[in-house]
Amino acid sequence: MFPFSFEWIWDLSHMIFMGGLVYALTIIGIGMTYCILKTVVDTMHGKGGGQQH
Amino acid sequence: MDSALIPEGVKRCSFGKFAIGIIIFGGVLLWGVYAMLLIWLKGLNQTNMNDYYGFALWIWADLGVIALGGGAFFTGLLRYVIGKDELKNIINYAVLIGFICYSSALLILAIDVGQPLRSWFIFWHANVHSMLTEVAFCLSCYFAVLTIEYIPLILENRQINKVPFFHNLAHNMHEVMAIFAATGAFLSFFHQGSLGGVAGVLYGRPFAFREGIFIWPWTFFLFTWSAAAYGPCFTLFITRLTEKISGKKLVKQNVIDLLAKISGWTMGTYLIAKIIDTWYWASVSAPARGFNLIDFYSNNPFYGIWILIAEIVVCGIIPALILLTPKGRNNSTLLFTAVSLACIGVLLNRWVMVLQVMAMPVMTFDNWVMYIPSWQEVATTILPVAYGIILVMISFRYLPIFPQERELNS
Amino acid sequence: MKEEGKHKKAKKYGMVINLDECTGCGACMVACMAENNVPFKEDESNKLDSITWMRVYKLTNGKSYPEADICYLPRPCMHCEGHNGHSPCVSVCPATATDYNHDTGIVSQIYTRCFGCRYCMGACPYHARYFNWWDPVWPEESTKYLSPNVSPRMRGIVEKCSFCFHRYQLAMDKAYLEGRTVLEENEYQTSCTQACPAGAITFGDLNNPDHKVHQLAKPDNKHGGRPGNTNVFRLLERLGTNPKVYYMSSREWVRRAGDNYLDDEDFAKNHRH
Ligand code: SF4
Ligand code: SF4
Repeated sequence: MFPFSFEWIWDLSHMIFMGGLVYALTIIGIGMTYCILKTVVDTMHGKGGGQQH
Repeated sequence: MDSALIPEGVKRCSFGKFAIGIIIFGGVLLWGVYAMLLIWLKGLNQTNMNDYYGFALWIWADLGVIALGGGAFFTGLLRYVIGKDELKNIINYAVLIGFICYSSALLILAIDVGQPLRSWFIFWHANVHSMLTEVAFCLSCYFAVLTIEYIPLILENRQINKVPFFHNLAHNMHEVMAIFAATGAFLSFFHQGSLGGVAGVLYGRPFAFREGIFIWPWTFFLFTWSAAAYGPCFTLFITRLTEKISGKKLVKQNVIDLLAKISGWTMGTYLIAKIIDTWYWASVSAPARGFNLIDFYSNNPFYGIWILIAEIVVCGIIPALILLTPKGRNNSTLLFTAVSLACIGVLLNRWVMVLQVMAMPVMTFDNWVMYIPSWQEVATTILPVAYGIILVMISFRYLPIFPQERELNS
Repeated sequence: MKEEGKHKKAKKYGMVINLDECTGCGACMVACMAENNVPFKEDESNKLDSITWMRVYKLTNGKSYPEADICYLPRPCMHCEGHNGHSPCVSVCPATATDYNHDTGIVSQIYTRCFGCRYCMGACPYHARYFNWWDPVWPEESTKYLSPNVSPRMRGIVEKCSFCFHRYQLAMDKAYLEGRTVLEENEYQTSCTQACPAGAITFGDLNNPDHKVHQLAKPDNKHGGRPGNTNVFRLLERLGTNPKVYYMSSREWVRRAGDNYLDDEDFAKNHRH
């Protein structure tokens, strides 16, 4: 999985596969980080308190 | 008793009735857990698998639930990326069903491997050329996406939603859901496909092997396409079942109609592709390896040509035709028959692509080998079903899954 | 390109099994089990879950007396090369737990790496791979006879014939100490080859014209190792698994039983390519 494991080769297949994986994980990671940070900020600004909707 | 937790303005059965249901399915669940522990402690000798059946009931169940759970990614894609807005009334349920299917698949995989404590090797020592590696990575990532899609639903529970942080989190997650849905569709495309690839690349097994483009055999595309076609049928099937059991209308007919229609078209096109694939396989690929089509379906007590006809015609073309005609879609009995047949059809396809591949001899002096699962295998396969029913019961009771329920039942 | 450069020196160990000589005695199976610490069960009657790296199959021509004929066919792992090392089983293993060695042509199995998904078993059309459904247990006194050169395997993983790879390693060690890098033909032989009382099995480097296997099989490396000898065939040649175990028989029905043919197919023409 990582370049330091001995079966790793820097070839096209590894780059495409791991590239795709990192790409997906990054999007998921950034998306969730954004949501949580924004929620913290929103909550600190007193949004969403009391009876919402 | 628990009325403070139940979404506002909807009716649910009494807590006693609910508890009895949970206890019954909980019992089944415990039976499965017992079998699971037996297998983990004593090893795979608890199953009826053998050296001819390296893959058996579990792998079929895995492929099956993932195909059925395909409704989540496809509905998500239609709703968030393509912009079919009506589908917002069924997407929650599709996500829940998907979540159940995928968590079940991961659980079954964890039981299925011979050395469960080494499961992480599939990631750590990944062979990027193996279809199974692709399955493992995409499956885990997509499960994370499904969890992310399911979380806001939990946060919308009446009591949880009162906490400002959770309320805001649910809101913010909804805001960016399109991104998650798109990522989910991307991941699904690959793992649904690579599950098809699992059988398709076996060039030592003429029954499974298919040509293809680049590294992908045709089964790669067929599996993705069939999951997109049949997955929503399962969503519709479970929705209908929930409506029948709860005695309420939960989703408006136009929403059902839209999803059924899209499903019908996807199924129709899939079937055309599948028929071409079968024809090419029967007339070119197999003869080139010394097999006639009928060799795959004879000399054994179970796998006759009926299975091919059942899969493609009875559980393929017929439901597709029903779903493609407005009359069929609007007749609730016909619609229910069509989606049920479709679910059976996709399960049959996965069965054939796993079990029949193993059953069929390749060496001329070898024989067909039949297999009957042990009770431990059956119990661990029913385990996710019981778990799914319990999760649906809890979610349906406490979470606002169906946005149209209040309006439809007022 | 790297592969090609290597190819000149690369060895390709393989076998030629003379089916006209094999008597079906099973000595190869026994020798293999003893050599490789292959575990067995108390009750071995169910052949579907017992481990036999080398297995002797019985073939019949299906005719009645006086034309009735039988043939025994020993089947080790074929160490398939597929196309350029893309063996059926190696290519599918998700954890890189089985590997095609381009220097020897041997398909290895890494016991401590395999996590028992059994995908490789599904991929192998020869059923050469076996799963350890149980923990290996030997009767107390027989543990003394286990080979110290082969690690026993644990429950839950797959194993298969290794062409007695430990013997290759021992031979290479010895050669290295003596300042050599090349092995003599007889320095590395598998256990089954040596055990066969009929001398039906020949083992050696298929790439080396001096070795008997090369002379018997006359492999055509330009065409995926196809045998050049008319009496020699490989199991399931048409699938493209490119196995390194060749079989030899003067009987046509035996050669025909090595692969699948359509009823109306001209076997002779097909077999001559
Ligand atoms: S005979 Fe089977 S196990 Fe051996 S190399 Fe070929 S495919 Fe792999
Ligand atoms: S059983 Fe072991 S060797 Fe075979 S594919 Fe799975 S991890 Fe690889």
